[in-house]
Amino acid sequence: MSTITDQDLNAYVDRRLDAARRAEVEAFLSTHPQAAQKVAAYRKQNELLHTLFDPALDEPLPAALRHTARPRPQWQRYAAMLGTLAVGISLGYLGRGVATPSASPLALYKQAVFAHVAFVPEVLHPVEVSAQQETHLVNWLSKRLGGTVRAPHLSTAGFELMGGRLLPDDTQPAAQFMYQDNRGQRLTLYVKREPKNDPATAFRFAQQDGVSVFYWVDHDFGYALSGELPKAELLRVAEVVYKQLNP
Amino acid sequence: MLDSDQQIETHIPRLRRYARALTGDGVRADDLVQDTLERAWSKFALWRRGSDLRAWLFSIMHNVFVNQLDARARRPEEALPEAFDIPVAPAQERALEIRDLCAALAQLPPEYREVLLLVGLEELQYEEVAKVLGVPLGTVMSRLSRGRERLRNIMSGTPQTTLRRVK
Repeated sequence: MSTITDQDLNAYVDRRLDAARRAEVEAFLSTHPQAAQKVAAYRKQNELLHTLFDPALDEPLPAALRHTARPRPQWQRYAAMLGTLAVGISLGYLGRGVATPSASPLALYKQAVFAHVAFVPEVLHPVEVSAQQETHLVNWLSKRLGGTVRAPHLSTAGFELMGGRLLPDDTQPAAQFMYQDNRGQRLTLYVKREPKNDPATAFRFAQQDGVSVFYWVDHDFGYALSGELPKAELLRVAEVVYKQLNP
Repeated sequence: MLDSDQQIETHIPRLRRYARALTGDGVRADDLVQDTLERAWSKFALWRRGSDLRAWLFSIMHNVFVNQLDARARRPEEALPEAFDIPVAPAQERALEIRDLCAALAQLPPEYREVLLLVGLEELQYEEVAKVLGVPLGTVMSRLSRGRERLRNIMSGTPQTTLRRVK
């Protein structure tokens, strides 16, 4: 009989052994009371865990979870977001001179996350113009945004450009570029014009709805890079974006 | 054929059970489930059809949980509770043992707790646990061995740190 390890004891408790090995473990247990105690204790742990936590299976779902389980389709969420923006615009209009609702970087990342969440799950039409027509894409977006827009290449960070689309921001058009790595993980870079003379900012970080965002202002444009990546990884990509835009 | 809403919804009860055992707190557990579902929704298109949806959801929950632990580590005022706060009916048979288990689980490092619960409570295969947590199979095995042994020692009252002998 080969040596019986702690891992064998665990696999025995979890019924992961074949018949031959199981018999060996049982023979071992009959002559090793300490090991037998361990096995009994581990079984007891599992049993207590079920006693304690199984009732959660039968509890009625709280409304918040049922709501989460049936979200509105993406286009409806996006439409609702546009509605919110429309209200924002009219409030902004009424409150002219009191506050400029859109110029804050806060608005930048929130809009970027909305757009990210709206289009990243899209299977058929993730982008409006694909990367095969990159020149056309970039010229078109530059024209609509009123300034030279560039789509950074992130292959050094493992992400390929899929394409981009034009989006309504609150008072002006904005652009979204989408990237994908070989595991299907997607990132978006949201770009919008910032008022002239707005100072460049450092990278800022935010998280919303499970999406991480690095955003910054540079050369009259605001940028927001969004993805469901750990912060450090996303930062690495954000640095590549920044370098590409500031060669 | 279930639509994607229903597919995800069938897994919510098990996500809740795991979250409750993981956090030891009903409210925090439901927050964790909600964050997990929202993220699952926003990434549903990335789920590989035909692969195990439950394992995918558990892996999202693992990521959300780890992020929350990181965030809490930066804000010590929101540290984990000393003991788990799971209500146990006083008349419940074995109430004492269960209270011991709650206290012991709270003392277990989160990475051990995750493995112990995914195997012992959720009854995932070791290979599935490795995928969910994004760690090698060997790590799953060693965390399982150590986690169970540590839980056993805590519950049997074996001191985890050397106590000064008082004469």
